[in-house]
Amino acid sequence: MTEHYLDNSATTRVFPEVAELMNRIYLEEYGNPSSMHHKGVEAENEIRKAKDTLSGILKCQPKNLVFTSCGSESDNFALIGCARANARSGRHLITTRIEHPAVLETMKYLESEGFEVTYLPVDEMGLVSAEEVADAVRDDTIIVSIMHTNNEIGAVEPIAEIGKAIKEKNPHTLFHVDAVQAFGKAEIIPKKMHIDLLAASGHKIHSPKGVGLLYIADGVKIHNIIFGGGQQGGLRSGTENVAGIAGMAMAAGMLYGNLQSDTDKLYAMKEHLVDRVTKLRDVHVNGPQGRDGAPNIISISIKGVRAEVLLHALEEKKVYVSSGSACASNRPHLSETLQAIGTGRDYMDSTIRVSTSVMNTMEDIDACADALREAVPMLRKYSRT
Amino acid sequence: MVYQSFLIKYAEIGIKGKNRYIFEDALVNQIKIAMKKCEGKFHVSRSYGRIFVDAEEDYDFDEAVNALQHVFGIVGICPMKVDPIVPYEELAKTAVEFFGEEYPDRNTTFKVHTRRLDKSYPMNSQEINNELGGALLDAYPELKVDVHDPKITVNIEIREQIYMYTHVIPGPGGLPVGSAGKAMLLLSGGIDSPVSGWMMAKRGLKLDAVYYNAPPYTSERALQKVIDLAGLVSEYTGPIYLHNINFTEIQLYIYDKCPHDELTIIMRRYMMKIAEMIAKRTACGALITGESLGQVASQTMRSLECTNRVCELPVFRPLIGFDKEEIVTISKKIDTYDTSIQPYEDCCTIFVAKHPVTKPVLKVIERHEHNLDAGIEEMVQRAIETDEILVVDANGSRVFKNREDPLQPWD
Repeated sequence: MTEHYLDNSATTRVFPEVAELMNRIYLEEYGNPSSMHHKGVEAENEIRKAKDTLSGILKCQPKNLVFTSCGSESDNFALIGCARANARSGRHLITTRIEHPAVLETMKYLESEGFEVTYLPVDEMGLVSAEEVADAVRDDTIIVSIMHTNNEIGAVEPIAEIGKAIKEKNPHTLFHVDAVQAFGKAEIIPKKMHIDLLAASGHKIHSPKGVGLLYIADGVKIHNIIFGGGQQGGLRSGTENVAGIAGMAMAAGMLYGNLQSDTDKLYAMKEHLVDRVTKLRDVHVNGPQGRDGAPNIISISIKGVRAEVLLHALEEKKVYVSSGSACASNRPHLSETLQAIGTGRDYMDSTIRVSTSVMNTMEDIDACADALREAVPMLRKYSRT
Repeated sequence: MVYQSFLIKYAEIGIKGKNRYIFEDALVNQIKIAMKKCEGKFHVSRSYGRIFVDAEEDYDFDEAVNALQHVFGIVGICPMKVDPIVPYEELAKTAVEFFGEEYPDRNTTFKVHTRRLDKSYPMNSQEINNELGGALLDAYPELKVDVHDPKITVNIEIREQIYMYTHVIPGPGGLPVGSAGKAMLLLSGGIDSPVSGWMMAKRGLKLDAVYYNAPPYTSERALQKVIDLAGLVSEYTGPIYLHNINFTEIQLYIYDKCPHDELTIIMRRYMMKIAEMIAKRTACGALITGESLGQVASQTMRSLECTNRVCELPVFRPLIGFDKEEIVTISKKIDTYDTSIQPYEDCCTIFVAKHPVTKPVLKVIERHEHNLDAGIEEMVQRAIETDEILVVDANGSRVFKNREDPLQPWD
């Protein structure tokens, strides 16, 4: 049976070209970029190349980029580092209720450190409006943190509008964007969108786990949160994950090279799946529909079926999806995002997320739709009394 | 290396009459298996109703004691100092020094207890007791003698060498694993069943286990949890053969054909039935469950009667009179608790009715089970034949028989 991996928002398969490049770096260019000798220079050049590629994509300077160990670290670094560095200008932060735990839990930590956090609600599509954000910005607001694309329902926030509105209200307020689900799938130009900090992750874009990226705009005051040998200009100590960094840059380059045609392909798959699943009764697709939402995330609520059981039933057909937000945790819990968009209790525990990537084909989508058509009536018949 | 040897104390085995040597051999055997996992070489021997574990090279004391504390049958572990046979004056000097190291705080009571097996030693036991007691008092004036109820007993054994010990570290007690035969544990992912398996292993049973999984209602992680639990119990019992039975078909069939409030009882009757069939094939002499009277609807007296009726083998329910708190205490002691509380669903909980029967009537249950006549026997047979057998020990698990492979007579 062929595997149909449709859980790409949890993590992705590494592109074979990326694995090959990394393998070469592991075996040949294995030097420590800080070493004075040739092996060090070789490794440093890989990082330099990676930064060139990535800064080309983000239309920024290489010096604006810091590599971290994951998206969560990038978010932690941005929020904690900037909150500490700017505490004298104010102690107020703003975010939304549907952020990833990497942001929400960091905000909770900052609250315990004496910062004040405003959590903005979202509408039934999972969207926050630029006006609402601007209304919440005060003189002492130091950071606004809003995700680009929601990981559970694929809502795409109006980042450019929000950025503009924030700066109009308070030019000193920093704008952090968690773009872990968007990087590689959407064009993001921080400077145009008034973004000061932007977090991305390697393993969501067909490069390995263990590498993340933080964009830091010129002039942003930030304290480092990891101390040590002073790598990356002292901003983030620790020997660089050379192979991972090179792999991430290569994967990003590949994705952004085909962005337009890939996006069309992803939307076509999304449309096809939505068409097929909505033929089943009592099925609801969450979040913005069609091209208003992310091309790669489809959140489906199926009344009367427990998502976890459905997930395992699909697994028997080698169709892999997630229930709720697998990225957040493996513990069954009520999803913050689904609660925030007002999902009824009937549907809350019955929501699966299908997330595609450029490595998927229509065959995968049909396999998923076929498996759902078979499993849903069976599972509804044997539901808990 | 302060202690070159351990004296192993065992209680119950000592009173088993003519069968005594069987138990002692089993215990020696279990100790050998346990010590093999430890760093260093050990020699395990038996003489005059004592078991000695001698270290033949450097070893990790904590690791060795921990290994011995996992061997059922051991009541006490005494770390000993071993010296060659020397004249009394030298023995006394060593004993005084040893005592000083063992007990920095000497504001306590003691007595000396000597056993002289080597009758050629010039002083007899009583003389040594008296003289050495005096020497210890001279060296440590804070000490007091109490021959009836001393806080410390200084034990001296004179054999081919001189053995000294003052500490007794408690062992797990019980009887050596395997000395009472083998039984089949119905293992779920919960808190109770690993504890009940552990308790019966403590009474000398070797364990096999059966687990019912019900994909897609239960996940691969639920199975992994059960493997992990079996692995933890196996630290006491040695490798466990875990039979992983796919129960989905039977469960859905019962759900289709029988009243929902009797679902759990009927399902458990089939679980017992299948467990017994596997038990008989694998030479297990009993079933073991984690049931505790009244804990849930399926564990009332009447429910137990219904589930008990399907098997001929004795069903051991060591937790029957235990409160949940008491079971939790043991599960924490044997380290299964943290694994048991992982939130993966097992097949007992997926179709629980809102109000399951608590006083089922056997005749009624049996009548409703006739609704299953058309297909159930075939399904039971299929479940048994697709048994996946895993061998689980503390280092993990390996597949012994795949689900697709045909059953062999020895499986």
